[in-house]
Amino acid sequence: MTMKKKTKWGALAAVGVLAIAFGWLIYGGLDSNVVYFLTPKELAAKGEQGFDVPVRLGGQVKPGSVTWDDKALDLRFAVTDGTQEIAVHSKGAPPQMFKDGQGVVVEGRYGRDGVFESTSLMVKHSNEYKAPTKGERPAEMYKSLMKSAGT
Amino acid sequence: MTRLIASNAIVVALAVTALGALLAPIAVRRGRRDWLNLVYAAVYTNFVLVTISTLALVWGLVSHDFSISYVAQVGSRATPTFYTIISLWGALEGSIVFWAWVLGMYAAAVVWFNRKREGNLVPYAAATILVVAVFFHILLLGPANPFQAVFPVPFDGPGPNPLLQNHILMGVHPPLLYLGYVGFTVPFAFAMGAMFSGEVASDEWIRLTRRWTLTAWGFQSAAIIAGMWWSYEVLGWGGYWAWDPVENASFIPWLTATAFLHSVMVQERRGMLKLWNLNLMVGTFVLTILGTFLTRSGIISSVHAFTQGTIGYYFLGFIALVLVVTLVMVAGNSDKLGSEGRLDAPFSRETAFLLNNLFFTVFMFTVLIGTLFPLVAEAARGIKVSVGTPFFNRMSIPLMVALLFLMGVGPALPWRKGAGPEVKAKLLPGVVLGVVAGVLVLVAGARNIYAVLAFVFAGFALGVNVEEFVRGANARVKAHGEGWLTALSRLVAGNRRRYGGYVAHIGIVLVALGVTASSTFKTEQEATLKPGESLTVSGHTVRFKNAWGREEKQRQVIGATMEVMDGARVVGVIEPRMNYYPTSSSPVPTPQVRSMLSGDLYLNLMAFKQDGSNVTVKVIWEPLVPWIWFGGFVVCFGAIIGVWPGRERAPRAAAVPAAATPRTEGQS
Repeated sequence: MTMKKKTKWGALAAVGVLAIAFGWLIYGGLDSNVVYFLTPKELAAKGEQGFDVPVRLGGQVKPGSVTWDDKALDLRFAVTDGTQEIAVHSKGAPPQMFKDGQGVVVEGRYGRDGVFESTSLMVKHSNEYKAPTKGERPAEMYKSLMKSAGT
Repeated sequence: MTRLIASNAIVVALAVTALGALLAPIAVRRGRRDWLNLVYAAVYTNFVLVTISTLALVWGLVSHDFSISYVAQVGSRATPTFYTIISLWGALEGSIVFWAWVLGMYAAAVVWFNRKREGNLVPYAAATILVVAVFFHILLLGPANPFQAVFPVPFDGPGPNPLLQNHILMGVHPPLLYLGYVGFTVPFAFAMGAMFSGEVASDEWIRLTRRWTLTAWGFQSAAIIAGMWWSYEVLGWGGYWAWDPVENASFIPWLTATAFLHSVMVQERRGMLKLWNLNLMVGTFVLTILGTFLTRSGIISSVHAFTQGTIGYYFLGFIALVLVVTLVMVAGNSDKLGSEGRLDAPFSRETAFLLNNLFFTVFMFTVLIGTLFPLVAEAARGIKVSVGTPFFNRMSIPLMVALLFLMGVGPALPWRKGAGPEVKAKLLPGVVLGVVAGVLVLVAGARNIYAVLAFVFAGFALGVNVEEFVRGANARVKAHGEGWLTALSRLVAGNRRRYGGYVAHIGIVLVALGVTASSTFKTEQEATLKPGESLTVSGHTVRFKNAWGREEKQRQVIGATMEVMDGARVVGVIEPRMNYYPTSSSPVPTPQVRSMLSGDLYLNLMAFKQDGSNVTVKVIWEPLVPWIWFGGFVVCFGAIIGVWPGRERAPRAAAVPAAATPRTEGQS
């Protein structure tokens, strides 16, 4: 009987220790790996705390801000929410739909040099699918390519 | 007309299932077996009605009957027939119809096979399934009604979400997932039936649902692998798992179900863990409903979340109801669920299973917390956050490595007794293979401790599990003079569940090798190429030939022809594309993969000049990724072996000499 009681308490204590260890691991893991969704204004408002933490920055590509070097695959542009803008640097080709004024979400870290280093760049499109307007249809945009298919 | 048939069938089905669910407890209380036939008839009738409704909706889709709201929402005359049919599960309402149909099918089958059984377990189980069916019928008549009238009737519709009509796996992954998800309703219903009927002290509910649980688990495993494959083939980032909430939603119940498949053996052999097993099964069901809530309520934006609406509240209400009822029932029955056996030796099979369950449970909570945290943070503090991949990786990689180790050591350990000398012999092939795998991966350049351990333990688990077959078959060859293959097939037939389990283990090892190799050694490079220029990644060279465009019936396609080079010789062609659908202004990237035994060459078209004078492509070398898909097939094959009908309790004790298998597994 006492033996049984002992093992029962032992088991409970073991479970308790495991649960606490697990909770601590989870807490630590979440604390350092939560990615905030922010607009440029919110990111700028964070000040010191906004640097070097994982962030998803959402906004529009500021018209005229895009520079793209297709040999070095180097892309620079600014994300704006109308009031604040943040310079973004990213490596690799932008998505085909990337253009001035386009809604984008960039994931990365805001450096102390004032440039947001992006690790992934997504074009934001709403869940509702928008039919392309005249002039956006690939058959019109890529006429010469469509023709080359026939040959 | 089609609309009215489909819609009214659901109305009648709601009435039939509700009446059946109410009648079952009354019939049991009054001891009227004849009324029970009415309950079972309700189950069959429900299946007929949801079948009619589902077929009517499919007919509506195929015949482009745009007077049905669902068809007007996802149908289009230009969509190929295959994608028109599978758009049944391409949006919220249709997927709930399909869910109700799968549930109806499982319910009819499980009642049919158990209709003659005495006692109150089956009637209460049938009532439980009927209650679940009632919930889904309410959804179909309320927030997820696909059969609303559309007026004026449009001539054409937008077609399915472009992402969902871009790959053939869309015809595979969703049905498998439903067959898995919904399948867990059966063991849940029997667990509830056991508690309601007071038969919970016996293992009857587990014995009766053993094959159903394994079936659901097999489908769920296949669905997860197929979902990974879809994401790999369609999304264009070269990965297959991103700890996306919708992926997690399918994975979380799989973890508890896998824990159950193992711990249930401890109950059957030793009479232990009864309460735990009951909780695992009930938990698995709740997690499937929670997963459906996450993916169907629009609370998370993704390709799976179709709409924002009131449906989320229905799900939350149902989850709350299930939780309250099950907690009350489990608490009320816990005194009957005491342990008969006890842990005799620290290094026994039981210990391996206990650790297995501990790791699977911790794994489940990790993924669950990581998945729900953003919802809680937004609700409580109004901040929008997501939990990054590093969190999941940091927590789950050590767990996966530990589980791989257990998968190797478990099959070699005997029940009850501590490890003896025969264990050493059984572990030897595993140890040798593990060392070989470790040396290989170190030579290949891996320095990450978890990657090295994963390879070592994968080799170890492979060795031990294969050894089980070799040892058993050799013993038969010696004892009966059978040919080796005959011996092997008789060995497996003699204890399908055990050897099916080992086959599944081998499949998991293959998946683990693929995942570890591709996440350790993946290399990628992006470049803008003019015609004739080439790019080399990990020794694989591709040369850009030309860009082209093409009109297809439902879409327009821009592609790049890339030649795979072996020196100056062209050995193959890969054509990554972008597909433009008329309903979406952004193209759907359509990567192309060239698979080899050693890995995949994965090409994605990132950008192109309008005149085709250059293209930007991403080239990824993905080592061993095909092994993941092959491993998935092996896992399913293992599940099929376990489920395959055979003689219960074959006369195996006489067939296998005791020296070869000191444990005589009592179950088929």
